[in-house]
Amino acid sequence: MIIKGKVWKFRDNIDTDVIIPARYLNTSDPTELALHCMEDYDPQFTKKISRGDIIVAGKNFGCGSSREHAPIALKAAGLSCIIAKSFARIFFRNAINIGLPIFESEEITDQCTEGELLEIDTVKGTIKNLSTNKVYRTNLLPEFIQKVISVGGLKEYVKEELKRREIDV
Amino acid sequence: MGRTIVEKILSAHTEKDDFKIGDIINVRVDFAFANDITAPLAIKYFKESGAKEVFDRKKIGLIPDHFAPNKDIKSAEQCKLLREFAQEQGIENYFEVGKMGVEHALLPEKGLVLPGDVVVGADSHTDTSGALGAFAIGVGSTDLAAIMALGEVWLKVPPTIKFIYFGKLNKWVSGKDLILYTISKIGVDGANYQVMEFSGEVIKRLSMDNRFTMCNMAVEAGAKTAIIEPDQITLEYLQGRATRPYQLYKSDPEASYEKVIEFEVSKIEPQVAFPHLPENAKPISEVGYIKIDQSIIGSCTNGRIEDLRIAAEVLKGQQVHPEVRLIIIPATQDIYLQALREGLIDLFVSAGAAVSTPTCGPCLGGYMGILAKGERAISTTNRNFVGRMGHPESEVYLASPAVAAASAVAGRIVSPEEVK
Repeated sequence: MIIKGKVWKFRDNIDTDVIIPARYLNTSDPTELALHCMEDYDPQFTKKISRGDIIVAGKNFGCGSSREHAPIALKAAGLSCIIAKSFARIFFRNAINIGLPIFESEEITDQCTEGELLEIDTVKGTIKNLSTNKVYRTNLLPEFIQKVISVGGLKEYVKEELKRREIDV
Repeated sequence: MGRTIVEKILSAHTEKDDFKIGDIINVRVDFAFANDITAPLAIKYFKESGAKEVFDRKKIGLIPDHFAPNKDIKSAEQCKLLREFAQEQGIENYFEVGKMGVEHALLPEKGLVLPGDVVVGADSHTDTSGALGAFAIGVGSTDLAAIMALGEVWLKVPPTIKFIYFGKLNKWVSGKDLILYTISKIGVDGANYQVMEFSGEVIKRLSMDNRFTMCNMAVEAGAKTAIIEPDQITLEYLQGRATRPYQLYKSDPEASYEKVIEFEVSKIEPQVAFPHLPENAKPISEVGYIKIDQSIIGSCTNGRIEDLRIAAEVLKGQQVHPEVRLIIIPATQDIYLQALREGLIDLFVSAGAAVSTPTCGPCLGGYMGILAKGERAISTTNRNFVGRMGHPESEVYLASPAVAAASAVAGRIVSPEEVK
């Protein structure tokens, strides 16, 4: 898959309370959550971004609570993927489970600036900065996770696994 | 080669025993749970995956605690989803308002999570149960849905950092101060993807309530979970609670660790974590003049009976400062009743505190103590992120129940010594 989008830069330790404040967790409707994405960081954020844009952040992105509403809000707001120096572990799982692509890269966070255009090749594991023509390598996901993604996410994996178990019985 | 307690628990819950750190393995789950924020999505995904029945109706807990008793119509709808799903599936461990408590205090108290268990909760503070010698991790809603259907979870075998605490604890220094101090030393991602194993003579002497507090906040250092080897104190706690047999594991002396970090505790003062990260802890003597509007004592971190006893010890014979709102929230109904029997609730109300039924409420800015623009709270909860307890321009300082109680009396952040 090729992902292309404009960069929005964020600092280290972006927590899930900032991504989607708990006061909006009385719903799990993606469209409603998307309206408040990053609201406490920049109230205008969702108005400024265009579909396909990319967040490039520092370390420990998504730290804090286990709310899946955080990657859901980011995805529904139109962001195509998140690149960070590192991710907090529950956010990492949640993003994969709901199908929001995430990539780790130390260098790109330090070397790109807001507004630049990136192109990510998820098969090759490369991120190209189209504004500077520099190419960076990113992590490839472990085999089991690739399998989950290839069947269409964890929900689909469960479907297949339930079918397999039925046959076993 | 020796194994850590976590490696032993995982090995007892997986088919293949020859795993190494970093491998992805499928693990059987002994208890899985979710709350009124995470369960609605999990139930939706469970149904969409085509699953008909949960893998084991005795091994699932549904606890409406975050916005319950229902704070508004939307929350009421979410709680209703849990109730209906519990009825439909015959889930025994659904806890209705009146029996409900903050999940991470409630489940150990009811003997539903036990030593040697693999516990998975759709809440980041699931690590709390590591204090019992269980492997307890937080996940999101989709993962929980998969567990409800399959009874197992995929996970990466984590490395462990061993923390050894030695020396003598100072007066007013609690498990909360030890964990805030520890996070301040390693940072909010200092244990990312790793297990924090707490050990040493100080931990050996620490009560269960203080152990729960320490394990609770391991996630604030990015940890996958925390764990403490079960001992006599654990066994005494389990007496009359455990609902089924359990297994005690200990780390081998030759087990291999990612790192070993030692702390001499006799120099540690009560800690206060400044906004907006839990790693910003300072000793109480360096806090300076910080006026507060609100003090919260409660949550999965510090809403247990010992926390309330310490708060009462500080508040005895005192009045809450006229410009401060002190809100005390026992974490479970049993804790509430115990506090009532010991006269603590009488003492709190007489001192001018508001006492609430169990709820996560203000900790995550839900309700029951939201901050206005520019307001400042001291709180025994676990997070002080931007906007965590209300307005994005409000501030939360994290501390122990002793410091939160003393500050409520003084009107500014102080050591309990200053009001005693």
